[in-house]
Amino acid sequence: MTSFDLETTTIRHINQALHDACEGEFSIASPGGAHALACGLDAPLSVTIDGSVGYYCAGMNQHASVTVGGNAGTGVAENIMSGVVRVRGDASQSAGASGHGGLVVIEGNASARCGISMKGVDIVVGGDIGHMSAFMAQTGNLVVLGDAGHDLGDSIYEARIFVRGEVASMGADCVEKPMRTEHLVILSDLLHSSGFKAEAADFRRYGSARKLYSFHVDDVDSASSAKATA
Amino acid sequence: MCGIAGLFMKTDRYVDQLGALVAIMLHEMRERGPDSAGFAIYSPPNSGSNTVKVTVLSEHGDVDWANISSRLATAMDTSVDYRQVDDHAVFAVDGDGRFARQWLIDNFAGLSVLSVGTAIEIFKAIGDPDLVGQRLGLAQRSGTHAIAHSRMATESAVTTNGSHPFSTGPDTCLVHNGSLSNHNQLREVLENKGQTFQTENDSEVAAGYLAWRLDEGDTLTEAFERALDDLDGFYTFAAGTRDGFAVVRDPIACKPALIAETDDWVAMASEYRAIVGLPGAKDAKLWEPEPGKVYSWSRET
Repeated sequence: MTSFDLETTTIRHINQALHDACEGEFSIASPGGAHALACGLDAPLSVTIDGSVGYYCAGMNQHASVTVGGNAGTGVAENIMSGVVRVRGDASQSAGASGHGGLVVIEGNASARCGISMKGVDIVVGGDIGHMSAFMAQTGNLVVLGDAGHDLGDSIYEARIFVRGEVASMGADCVEKPMRTEHLVILSDLLHSSGFKAEAADFRRYGSARKLYSFHVDDVDSASSAKATA
Repeated sequence: MCGIAGLFMKTDRYVDQLGALVAIMLHEMRERGPDSAGFAIYSPPNSGSNTVKVTVLSEHGDVDWANISSRLATAMDTSVDYRQVDDHAVFAVDGDGRFARQWLIDNFAGLSVLSVGTAIEIFKAIGDPDLVGQRLGLAQRSGTHAIAHSRMATESAVTTNGSHPFSTGPDTCLVHNGSLSNHNQLREVLENKGQTFQTENDSEVAAGYLAWRLDEGDTLTEAFERALDDLDGFYTFAAGTRDGFAVVRDPIACKPALIAETDDWVAMASEYRAIVGLPGAKDAKLWEPEPGKVYSWSRET
């Protein structure tokens, strides 16, 4: 275990040490709400942060496992590619934004725009999520054990949203959808891997009505000929 | 981007350290607004005193404050004292503070009246927020509440006058992170209702709106609830009155805000790192204010 303390060293030093490492366990003390901690990791490291962090913690994460002991500011695990980012407390807005893969677990609440533009990441939130979550979500799964704020899944493409509590309102083109066996399997797996004890059957599923798509499969010929001409 | 740091004392425990604590908060917010900074500090008057403090900025350096003070005394037919703080002066006036404000604005082109009231004083300057705080003696001040702001100008020039907080009414101030889109029209409406503005800044219009509503008898909460309908744009506001403090975010809530509360104080900041240095912050109740919801506190005076 390698230990850092932000009282005595800099964010840049810590991030560089994490980038240089190929494996191992690391702990970071006294984060004090600092921004961009443990960003851009690209190896199977295990990083524990003892306290609350500022913006963009564990952004662009690949392969690493990062645990934040306290709360996380805006954009935690933004653009995550793989690995696991876990927040023991609450997360501010845009948690897991644009994530391509991996797992983001928020044990507390996540605020506005959780999973905005998600592109394959799985996000599991133990509490509630704020307004405009999963805005323009493209693929991946957003699981919420608590309630969802207004305009859930506005302009959503193909991501799946599972909510156990109340949904304040759904955004444009977001609808409730039937929970089929395949969805129960996906949801059960995610609850299990994120460490929450909850029954998949207690959740409802939301997704795209596909009314906002400007591309229809019937138009595939004209689309490809347009491309050829261009 | 801008930084906000507000601290409101619920008890007297940390009143003597108000300025020092807000200086710590502002220090953490300097990266959010390195262009300029300002702060409003509320220290209640001695009981029984009716003295009104008029805080004035000289935009162009040295002025003869003694001369201005005596002319103001003649114009108001009352006694006027003053104390100089760098390029600011705080006039102590026994009389109508609104008259003093308007008289100073009308008679001295290079002066800006930053605040008027029995408790409030506002100071602002261009430059690094830490240096601004040091120059203007922030850390040495005691009081019941203070609101500081670090500014990164995006839509108007970096000037002292464009710095926050803004105040157009007695003991009222407002800081803003965001930008308003209907301020031009609203400025005209408010001018017709008797508000006077000293800058072209959108945030000053929001301060004028607040002052107008308080004049009309609204509470701070009522004023901001109405503002949610009347102000168009994006914003996180923090505002102070003589004995109150409020925070509101627009319904989309793009601009960050965090509130922390203990038995002794309420703090609001753009980011968590500004809260960390406050006494008891570790055990404070901590939350993000919800969009379109007004949060307010008041003190017995």
